[in-house]
Amino acid sequence: MATLTAVAVVSGIAGALAALLVLAERFIANYGECRITINGEKTLTVPGGRSLLESLAAEKVFIPSACGGRGTCSYCKVKILEGGGPLLPTELPLLSESDRAGEVRISCQVKVRNDLRIEIPEELFNVREYRGVVERIRDLTHDIKELRIRLVEPDAIRFTAGQYIQLRAPAYGEQREPVYRAYSISSPPSDGGAVELIIRLVPGGICTTWVFDHLKEGDEVVFNGPYGEFRLTDSDAEMVWVAGGSGMAPFWSMVRQMAEHGSQRTCTYLFGALTKKDLFLVDELRELEDRLPGFRFAPALSKPEPGDEWDGETGLITEVADRAVEQGTGAEAYLCGSGGMIKAACAVLEQKGIGADRTFYDSFT
Amino acid sequence: MTLGSEFAHALVVCFAAIFTGNILLTTFLGMCPFLAVSREVRTALGLGAAVAFVMTCTCALNWLAYRYVLVPLGIEFFRFILFIIIIAAFVQFVEMVIERVSMPLYQSLGIFLPLITVNCAILGASLFMVIRGYSFLATVGYGLGSGLGWMLAIVSMAGIRRKLATNRIPEGLQGPAITMIIAGIMALAFIGFTGVLAGR
Repeated sequence: MATLTAVAVVSGIAGALAALLVLAERFIANYGECRITINGEKTLTVPGGRSLLESLAAEKVFIPSACGGRGTCSYCKVKILEGGGPLLPTELPLLSESDRAGEVRISCQVKVRNDLRIEIPEELFNVREYRGVVERIRDLTHDIKELRIRLVEPDAIRFTAGQYIQLRAPAYGEQREPVYRAYSISSPPSDGGAVELIIRLVPGGICTTWVFDHLKEGDEVVFNGPYGEFRLTDSDAEMVWVAGGSGMAPFWSMVRQMAEHGSQRTCTYLFGALTKKDLFLVDELRELEDRLPGFRFAPALSKPEPGDEWDGETGLITEVADRAVEQGTGAEAYLCGSGGMIKAACAVLEQKGIGADRTFYDSFT
Repeated sequence: MTLGSEFAHALVVCFAAIFTGNILLTTFLGMCPFLAVSREVRTALGLGAAVAFVMTCTCALNWLAYRYVLVPLGIEFFRFILFIIIIAAFVQFVEMVIERVSMPLYQSLGIFLPLITVNCAILGASLFMVIRGYSFLATVGYGLGSGLGWMLAIVSMAGIRRKLATNRIPEGLQGPAITMIIAGIMALAFIGFTGVLAGR
């Protein structure tokens, strides 16, 4: 009996306090409607009281955030020109001197309490949620698939070659919540009505398992993007590309764009794989070698099998790079692959005189 | 007890809670924010003030709930749950009010409030006041004293850590290790207050 009374009393008090908080939220924490002006051109009207990051996401303006608004990753930096209030102690450790001088704030920590004027990079303005239908799934190797998604709403996307999107894997099986995973776009920007992705099966990976075992042609998928700074510079400098496995994706987009524009840039593409059966798109790249005077594709196998009859480069991609890149070259380097590969390759390139200022990479982590 | 002597008793309890029975340095409650937020004196001061305020208010509220709800119904064993609910709701409410009423206060104090809900020193103070059978006034004194004592400890620690920053510390002792050692030495120093108040 005492237990029942106790449960009733505590529930009653908890209920009363909750009701009080709901009322307080309605009357005290009610900031009415606030207007957020972005880059001086677009104005959003949002209910006040939430964080700037949440308010923008609700209006389909997506700022990248890795920690989900907990104020630890510092990805969601945004320039607030007016109405942001003073800097919060929770933001200070995440902002550099130049950030502070440039009115940069951490958008998941800033609450929308009044009208705001903010500035975000033009690319992020382009970031939005897309719905599409899987048009084609084809096997590139035994563990790499190419996914082609025809866009439905909106029906076109603008991006630069090298950027990535975040694909949503819905809840399935044991997986209770949808997750987002980043994949580089492998189709050229001119093909704006669709995006292609190159996805390698990660054993136990939530999103890749979904793509390999559950996703079928004709299924609807959701993704947001495009994101990322990985892109070719506008210079005419010679280039060295280094990739392995599904790191092919951004380069497959870039090289096709170069072919469309008839680019004359000199480019050596070093692509690493274990055996011949891990290589893909070789014929297509060979054909582009014929069309682009400066482009050379150099696949390398690290563990060729006896039946492979391989007469190309062998060894780890870092060893191949060591042989292929001339000392003191003025080339720019572009890398895409695992963090370990990139770190090792950067060290080799550094020795060859290609410093960090001329090395660009997109690392899988 | 007359009101005057009760007030005097509350003052003694308050003083004892700051020095001789410092909740942080004698019972080691509220260690996580003590270690994490003691890097700068200013933030330590903000967090300490927030703890002192919340501790005073929640001790009083919990005393009322205990005396007038739990005891008459004979369900004192539910105090853990009830105290936590009251603390959480109070902190939420105060945060909302401060944010609305005064931005400068919110800047210096308000943002620490969510951290405090899970500060075990706050719950500890409420439980101690029950065990020790304090009157209402003594409870308020105890809450305020414990809060100020916690604030004193974290601000001193922040001051010491500022000095440490410019000194060379052996590699194996850097970070939390040296902070724990300093906390231990501070606790020893506070034992020196024992006997200041006879019978405490």
